[in-house]
Amino acid sequence: MVRFISIAAGAVFVFVLLIAALAPREASEVDPTYAFHKHPKHDVHWSWDGALGGVFGEFDRAQLQRGFQVYKEVCSACHSLNRIAFRNLEDIGFSEAEVKAIAKNWVTEVPSLDPNTGEATTRPAIPSDKMPLVYANDIAGRAANNNALPPDLSLITKARHDGTNYVYSLMTGYADVPADYPEGRAPGEGLHYNPYFASLGIAMAPPLSDGIVTYAEGQPEATVDQMGQDVAAFLTWAAEPKLEERKRIGLGVMVFLAIFSVLAFLSYRKVWAGIKH
Amino acid sequence: MSFPWANQYKPQNPFMQWLDSRLPLPRLVYNSVGAGYPVPRNINYWWNFGALAGVALVVQIITGIVLAMHFGGNTLVAFDSVEHIMRDVNYGWLMRYAHANGASFFFIVVYIHIFRGLYYGSYKAPRELVWMLGVVILLLMMATGFMGYVLPWGQMSFWGATVITNLFSAIPLVGDSIVTLLLGGFAVDNATLNRFFSLHYLLPFVIAGVVILKIWSLHIPGSNNPTGIDVKGPADTLPFHPYFTAKDLFGLAIYLLIFCAFVFFLPNFLGHPDNYIPANPLSTPAHIVPEWYFWPFYAILRAFTVDFILPAKLWGVLAMFSSILLLFFLPWLDSSPVKSNRYRPLAKQFFWLLMVDLAILGWVGGLPAEEPYVRISQIASIYYFAHFLIILPIVSRIERPLPLPNSIAESVLGNDVNQAPAPAAQPAE
Repeated sequence: MVRFISIAAGAVFVFVLLIAALAPREASEVDPTYAFHKHPKHDVHWSWDGALGGVFGEFDRAQLQRGFQVYKEVCSACHSLNRIAFRNLEDIGFSEAEVKAIAKNWVTEVPSLDPNTGEATTRPAIPSDKMPLVYANDIAGRAANNNALPPDLSLITKARHDGTNYVYSLMTGYADVPADYPEGRAPGEGLHYNPYFASLGIAMAPPLSDGIVTYAEGQPEATVDQMGQDVAAFLTWAAEPKLEERKRIGLGVMVFLAIFSVLAFLSYRKVWAGIKH
Repeated sequence: MSFPWANQYKPQNPFMQWLDSRLPLPRLVYNSVGAGYPVPRNINYWWNFGALAGVALVVQIITGIVLAMHFGGNTLVAFDSVEHIMRDVNYGWLMRYAHANGASFFFIVVYIHIFRGLYYGSYKAPRELVWMLGVVILLLMMATGFMGYVLPWGQMSFWGATVITNLFSAIPLVGDSIVTLLLGGFAVDNATLNRFFSLHYLLPFVIAGVVILKIWSLHIPGSNNPTGIDVKGPADTLPFHPYFTAKDLFGLAIYLLIFCAFVFFLPNFLGHPDNYIPANPLSTPAHIVPEWYFWPFYAILRAFTVDFILPAKLWGVLAMFSSILLLFFLPWLDSSPVKSNRYRPLAKQFFWLLMVDLAILGWVGGLPAEEPYVRISQIASIYYFAHFLIILPIVSRIERPLPLPNSIAESVLGNDVNQAPAPAAQPAE
């Protein structure tokens, strides 16, 4: 009885699926701009992607500091980095005194209350503060940017596929609209052609130009490519500040488990010695 | 417990004797996962995955309890509290990555465990209830996994919750009321997050309870084995401890190696980048996909694209739930007296077809609902239902199984069964 019911139920599902599978369907129109979209470049070898597929390798502190400089002098005009506290910058090699100075001199102050009147006010940041938001709210952010909200960058490299390479590609990927680009589909007013951006038209104007920041003595020249790499590295650290700790502990764990596996295998062999199975 | 030749618990220590006569808890452990449980001597590594699933559950519960100490189950703070765990809580990143990847690995282990049961006929009499309790655990795991994915309150959390809860609106008459009840309102919002957090904390303990019932039920007939034939005498079995504790420990070490490789070196490989974007009810992601372990079922859901008497959506929902619920009937759908596919030449081939079919369903389930993937998912879904509901019942009737060995011991030892020393003897401790 169960079998008859099941075969009947199976026949119903199969029949309905067959109708669906055999139903003719209109070939969906392929978006003509789709072919112009590019995957992130893989030209850069990142310092933390070391031997054994990234098991080894650490951040390059000098690069992170350069990247922070680019963020501070260029990106931070529109993009917040609100999940990073100033004190976290000690992780990338700034001294306590330097962090204090960076916080105190930050372009935006942090919200506060007047201790005497209780009125809302602002005060200079201190190391324990998170880096302040750029805009009071999303509406203000959109109003200032042609209705495009500049996202907070704290997690940007984890919130995009292949995030580090994506940020680097986006920074260095601005181009003229190709000659064979479908007519009428060029980015609208206020948008800039960038084949790495999901919609190919990004509201952010090319943020980097050669020499827009001046790197310290002994550092590489501040080309667009160099700054793109540096800021992508910095944002990778900002999204995953525990990356080095994670890999360091992970290595110890793997070594431990490898030894444990060998011992477990040997005890298994010993217990089973002479037992056919 | 199960066989008359099982080792008996004989405590030597006076305290253990005292305890055993009042609360025989050590005896229970001894008989369940100790030397008092005789196990077929020929089980292979595929039998390791039950124990691994138990470990995976414990890892999830421990990491989950720690995470709950730092998580805020409110839409205003949920995403921020997860990032707080990742950045400011000592080893919080380890707890969260272990928990997120632990869910994936729990499903990997359980799926392999289920496939093993399918191949070797572990669902057949007298283990029907063991199998059915396993299906209950699978359903509970799916509910728990789905609700857990909502908690970080990222874009995929929010939109996944929206899509999946909306499925229930396909149910005639009461659908909309059910959706409102699930959500605690008319849209996914704080009430939804709150109740999902509550249930996500509750269900793992329900799973643990069902696991106990399952092990209890398993220990009546004892474990199945690769030949599928019943245990007949002491020569067929070895005590669980130390033989299978030692074997499972080695398997566990290998499992932990692979698991930790993901936790420490590829922690976001199995996740979706969109879930690092805070939930935004005004912005729908381009492609909403559930976690990978739901992809085969998601593919079945989306394969129904034509209204036929019932709306396509209702067909999809019915089929998706049926695809799992039909497993409850499997012990009766497959009427072959032979359990193991080793001796079932025809059923074995269909088993491997099913594996390929599930891989295809999983593959298209993670892709956007575009051609040719929709048609592929329709053909693959046809095979899925045909396999369980039509092919298996018929094959089990017409198939001519290969000759079975006379006993497990004979299959292992050949003809020198009688010379084999009784291996149930307690080894030196």
